[in-house]
Amino acid sequence: MTSRLPQTKGGFNFDNHVRNTMMEGKGLGLPKATKTGTTIVGLIYKDGLVLGADTRATAGPIVADKNCEKIHYLAPNMYCCGAGTAADTEMTTALISSQLELHRLSTGRQARVVTAMTMLKQMLFKYQGQIGAALILGGVDINGPHLYTIYPHGSTDKLPYVTMGSGSLAAMSVFESRFKADMSREEAISLVQDAIEAGIFNDLGSGSNVDVVVINSEKVEVLRNYARPNERGVKEASYKFNRGTTQVLKTSIRDLVDIKETVQATTAEAMDIS
Amino acid sequence: MDHFPTNWGNPRSEDVDNYNTYPVASHIAKVPHSVTQIAGYGHTSGHPTSHTQQPVVTGTSVLGIKYKGGVMMSADNLASYGSLARFRDVERLHQVADFTVIGASGDISDFQYVKHLLDSQMIKEYNADDGHTLATPNIYEYLWRVMYNRRSKMNPLWNTFVLGGVHKGEKFLGAIDLKGTPYQSPSIATGFGSHLAQPILRKEIEMRGGEENISEEDAVQILKKCMKVLFYRDARSMNKFQLAKITDEGVTISEPMSVETEWAFAEKIRGYGA
Repeated sequence: MTSRLPQTKGGFNFDNHVRNTMMEGKGLGLPKATKTGTTIVGLIYKDGLVLGADTRATAGPIVADKNCEKIHYLAPNMYCCGAGTAADTEMTTALISSQLELHRLSTGRQARVVTAMTMLKQMLFKYQGQIGAALILGGVDINGPHLYTIYPHGSTDKLPYVTMGSGSLAAMSVFESRFKADMSREEAISLVQDAIEAGIFNDLGSGSNVDVVVINSEKVEVLRNYARPNERGVKEASYKFNRGTTQVLKTSIRDLVDIKETVQATTAEAMDIS
Repeated sequence: MDHFPTNWGNPRSEDVDNYNTYPVASHIAKVPHSVTQIAGYGHTSGHPTSHTQQPVVTGTSVLGIKYKGGVMMSADNLASYGSLARFRDVERLHQVADFTVIGASGDISDFQYVKHLLDSQMIKEYNADDGHTLATPNIYEYLWRVMYNRRSKMNPLWNTFVLGGVHKGEKFLGAIDLKGTPYQSPSIATGFGSHLAQPILRKEIEMRGGEENISEEDAVQILKKCMKVLFYRDARSMNKFQLAKITDEGVTISEPMSVETEWAFAEKIRGYGA
């Protein structure tokens, strides 16, 4: 005997797909999702790891946000960079962050990076790539620093240095030329900054500023707008017109409403506890 | 011959051409009969002749950089047949005249045809016997017009050519793609190189304050660094390449060489996240 209640199914409902394709053919397409364009990077150094990202969000050929934040908080010891569809990266990381907090409260322990990675990949695989989130997950736990890439279809890679997004090739060319194991903190941050700047200046989907997050076993440093290589130039003079440039010939002021101010005393009433 | 008497007696339909009576030039896949009849046109009349093809045997990136003494170019010795590394001793850098080198990426048969065209031009110039030889900017303009002309006939030469040379102390470096787009710059990279090598080339030139501050050794190091990154990240490349140097003394195309690569960078990592 089948239940008359609607069964909950996993994944998206594609019932409208045929209708949508037909409409697109006639010129009435769906609005374009805001994509982050993006250059995101991660690298492991001597004491932990460094994550980097640019700050441009695009909607097709238009820059929708000149200074967005692409490095998302997941847990006190884990951060996640997101490339692809902005809404998807935002909501996916927020969801897993919330699940991680519940997990932490339930276990009473610091969360491990593999846990977050497994939660993310299982969700993305369930949606068969329809959630356009390409993530770089980095964190330090009881087993040391870990750096993972997670693709929209749910596959993962574990590596010492990674790049994602439209500017990933520009950033990877910098990493492949200069990466070495066990770098110092300063060397690592400098390499990450150079990689993101390669993406900013050579990829049209990336731009504006460089965000950096440094995670080690003791602390996390969120360096928002670590570098600002694209600041707007200061205007050389004031171009305001002085009062009197346009001659005033006649002034007439008319009140549109009559405003009356009165003061009324009110007696304190007892609270209604019936 | 139509064997069914019930079909005899009606005028022949112009929609169907069973015996290939007219020249048919259509790259559209076979359409089911019912659709053609409804649409009102078949495989025969109405279509303009078109030859836009796809490249078959291909070469990958070609790089070029201007330096203090002249121009340096590099290209690997591989001609791929799709994903097969078919011909591993192909010279994609070719000397033309006394002070010019042409590098080709894309279809190798089209490159061979262009080499033949350039040979014919050189012979014509020699026969004119007026004391002039073709200089790099002249060959560039000729090539550009050939490429644009073929593109306008919807039958392109499927290449991106890089032309480097010196003429009367002036250094020349430019590229022309299959659509006939000419582009000149102190650094040139085609194919995958435009994503992986161009950021490195641009940064090196910017860091040194211009092409005049790049010595010959510097240029060799920069190109070798780029070829290494390309071998790491371009799946259709090979670690065997040549460097071409053009100075006011002439052209030297080196013997094939290779770069040192490091593949044990993730030795300590196991799996992809469990």
